[in-house]
Amino acid sequence: MPNETAPPPTSPPTGSNATQVRVVLPGPLLRLFPGSERELVVSAGTVAELLDVLDARWPGMRDRLCDSRPAIRKHINIFVDGTSAELESPLPPGAEVFILTAMSGG
Amino acid sequence: MSQRTGLLLATKKGVFVLEGDAERRDWKLSGPFCEAWPINHAVADPATGTIYAGGGNEWFGPAVWKSEDRGKSWSHSSEGLAYAEGKDPISAVWSLAAANGSLYAGVCPAGLFRSDDGGVTWSHISGLQDHPTRPEWQPGGAGLILHTILPHPADVKQMWIGMSAVGVFHTADGGASWEPRNSGTRNDYFPEDQRYPEFGQCVHSIAMAAGKPERLYQQNHCGMYVSENGGIEWQSIEAGLPSTFGFPSAAHPRDPDTLYLFPLNGDTVGRYAPDAKVAVWRTRNGGASWQDLRAGLPQEDAYLSVLRQAMATDAADPAGVYFGTTSGAVYASADEGENWHCIAEHLPLISSVETFTYDA
Repeated sequence: MPNETAPPPTSPPTGSNATQVRVVLPGPLLRLFPGSERELVVSAGTVAELLDVLDARWPGMRDRLCDSRPAIRKHINIFVDGTSAELESPLPPGAEVFILTAMSGG
Repeated sequence: MSQRTGLLLATKKGVFVLEGDAERRDWKLSGPFCEAWPINHAVADPATGTIYAGGGNEWFGPAVWKSEDRGKSWSHSSEGLAYAEGKDPISAVWSLAAANGSLYAGVCPAGLFRSDDGGVTWSHISGLQDHPTRPEWQPGGAGLILHTILPHPADVKQMWIGMSAVGVFHTADGGASWEPRNSGTRNDYFPEDQRYPEFGQCVHSIAMAAGKPERLYQQNHCGMYVSENGGIEWQSIEAGLPSTFGFPSAAHPRDPDTLYLFPLNGDTVGRYAPDAKVAVWRTRNGGASWQDLRAGLPQEDAYLSVLRQAMATDAADPAGVYFGTTSGAVYASADEGENWHCIAEHLPLISSVETFTYDA
């Protein structure tokens, strides 16, 4: 299954404006991808590129965070330097990206 | 080694597995699996023993989970389990069927997908979404869900599906084209002179008679039916039952004339066991007459329901019959429904019950 694949050792830079950003992943997501890390530094120019990097490391992770419209899933929030972001949002150099699950469930 | 019966329970908070002893009397529960995701259906591929579970999580979307060791370890995937960009995204998987080396998944909004690599990747069977009636499909209470997949046991090109509230559709060419098969089934919610349309009926479940793939039984929102020609025409078999409303249907593993239903009190009066007394109803003659089976089932203050995929039979002799309730209990009969006992309780809402066999 895709989520069993071992991650590559480094994050490949993507896009012409790729920059180093720090990413923090939510706990419930980590449980779906054994071996995934809560915090990591990756090279990406936009939120969409960041999801590509995560998907390359842990195949299937993009589908868990993004639907086929395409858009960030309704109950997932991605904050870039404290501001709610969309897929096309740019990532400034040194940005802090928090991927969070929204209040949801029953 | 001896062959034992196991049960797969799909619940609102994950999958549970029940493994029975040789007498099917004592059962060992394990779970919850699948990270306690809401799971709508769990099945075992009889050819491999692999367990598949389909559902959808509010945060992370739809996925099919897979276990090759009877639930001890799980993986998940939804690669390819998506409509084209711009269409409404898939919210959850609602039904699974393993047949002829392939795995099929029915989803919400209603559509059908196939995996030829054991659930790792999926491809859309687009013929169903391309059906000319698609713009007129309306959702039922649980959404526009494809909740039943019934492959033909011998002809790999044939399959029936059930969608709420669209009806039964059949393909004879592997899914390239489909035709509605609802003639004779009723929609009480349409105007009086339009109650037998080509599609738009709310099928709740379909069961195939053992050894007679041309005979199908159906529990509908509006009545119980049998077809002797693969769903081309349906006849009512609701006379003698306490209501016309219910969700599941389960066929006997060997006798094509025996069917089990779980009628509820009615769709507008609570949808629980009639008079709050639990009974499974059995026909031994293809629906001509019915017998209520109550021995060991609650007969007082039981305001429970059984959902569309939550009743099953096993392959043993005599046949075992099982159902799981919306209040999280599982009842089992090891003698074709004559006597029942509760084998699990206090579980989450149970969406489906399926049986499998394993070597002990």
